Amino acid sequence: MRPIPLHRLAHGRTGDKGNRSNISIIAYRPEHYEALVAQVTEERVAELFAHRHPTGVKRYLLPKLGAMNFVIDDVLDGGVNGALNLDAHGKSLVFLLLEMTVQLPEGETP
Amino acid sequence: MTAAPLFIGCAAGFSGDRTDAAPPVVRTLSRLEGRRVLMFETLAERTLAIAQLARRADPAGGFEPLLDDMLRPVLAQCLANNIAIVGNFGAANPAGAAKRILAMAHELGVAAPRVAVVKGDDLSGEEHRPLLRKALGAQIGDIVSANAYLGAQPIAGALREGAQVVVCGRVADPSLAVGPILAHYGWAEDDWDRLGRATMAGHLLECGAQVTGGYFADPGMKDVAGLHDVGFPIVEIEASGDCIVSKAADTGGVVDERTVKEQLLYEIHDPAAYLTPDVTADISDAVVHALGRDRVALRGVRGHARPDTLKVTVCREGGWQGEGEISYAGPGAEARARLAGDVLRRRLEGLELRVDLIGALSLFADDAGELLAGTPARDLRDVRVRVAARHAQREEARRVAREVLALYTCGPAGGGGVRTNVTARLETRSCFVPREAVSVSWEMVQ
Repeated sequence: MRPIPLHRLAHGRTGDKGNRSNISIIAYRPEHYEALVAQVTEERVAELFAHRHPTGVKRYLLPKLGAMNFVIDDVLDGGVNGALNLDAHGKSLVFLLLEMTVQLPEGETP
Repeated sequence: MTAAPLFIGCAAGFSGDRTDAAPPVVRTLSRLEGRRVLMFETLAERTLAIAQLARRADPAGGFEPLLDDMLRPVLAQCLANNIAIVGNFGAANPAGAAKRILAMAHELGVAAPRVAVVKGDDLSGEEHRPLLRKALGAQIGDIVSANAYLGAQPIAGALREGAQVVVCGRVADPSLAVGPILAHYGWAEDDWDRLGRATMAGHLLECGAQVTGGYFADPGMKDVAGLHDVGFPIVEIEASGDCIVSKAADTGGVVDERTVKEQLLYEIHDPAAYLTPDVTADISDAVVHALGRDRVALRGVRGHARPDTLKVTVCREGGWQGEGEISYAGPGAEARARLAGDVLRRRLEGLELRVDLIGALSLFADDAGELLAGTPARDLRDVRVRVAARHAQREEARRVAREVLALYTCGPAGGGGVRTNVTARLETRSCFVPREAVSVSWEMVQ
């Protein structure tokens, strides 16, 4: 196995409603979807956002789109209402997730 | 019976969107055969509160401030080509916007259009307080705005009666498209699968360029040609409710499976239950399929019964926010920036101060500063310190700005480029009210 940045295997975008963020992760190639499902888990996403103390991370799978949708509760420090962050909507957060590393078998290319 | 095809273009995805988006969309729609509709979505969660404040200051105001810039370049062409216009640019004063549109038509020298106004979303009046108190609890405080998200029915009703322009305040964003779709195809109110498909077509349209290459480009991974001139979307709605996404001709941007997938999932929580006033849409088995260059089909959407409640967004005044920024560059820049942050924390004790080091760590960090505290200094050479705090009193928020400014002479060496800002905040809360508690109607204005 060798490590590949998720950014090279998948794309996505962030949406927000109140203090809840949703982040889609979409495989560029269908053959990588299974590896993403196995490795981009609720637990790993919760770890990435640990400093924001989310109260829940829920992953929905959309295999026909080669996509996952992460819904992360109370991760926006209050969201557009409360957060002091320059990016109160959390628009940038998909790129925090895309910094994750995923293992692919030797010989498989992004 | 085979109905004529239906095309809906979108020329704004939020208040503040590009005002030159509409002409290429209208030019393209004008060349298409069938029923054509132009939609404008201009109301984010807090836009209505800002509009409500504008209306308090001027009873004739309170609608989209850029209405003229958005509509004037295309109004005459839309009317001449029988392209209906649907928008939530009425904001806090749909009747005022309708009046302005009639005046605009007069100024352009075209016959007065039939303009309909959708009513019932505004729950800010005293008479609605008991309803809101029940939904939100006793502590509702001073309300700036309270608006229910209405559905597609009043828009469809107005279009069936021949409206050429439909002006809404708060309606669910996709309903701006579902209204004309319902009016055109005449589906039953409980044709959930078709309504689900129409809703997702509206969802793809509602953010404008977000489905045509905006909010998407990532050089090297997702390249977009002509992003400076990104075209806005046009969606063809089939009689089944399935749709084909494309964009205005002779524009930049791209519509492909990736842009459509990203926008399909934008602001979705449970993909099997996307709630709107019209339907519970279900995209768990949806597929997208490229048909050609800048043409993508969406299939496989289903629908379930609509919710019994309507969502209401309530805005209240939320105190003040003070912000300030100062930059450091060259050798020791990061250390000097971190020192500036420490100085500001000491000077502003008592305020919950957020400190960012732009260039080192800012957007991904947290208000409490946990991530920054655990991130070692890296000797970065160009760092901008940004601090922010909020307080009920304006004077306290202003202290943040003053302390950043004072760093010019009292702070670390070489600090430059101070910018400060003190702004009033609005906070929103959402609740749900029984559908029958909201009285919805529309009327044609003269």
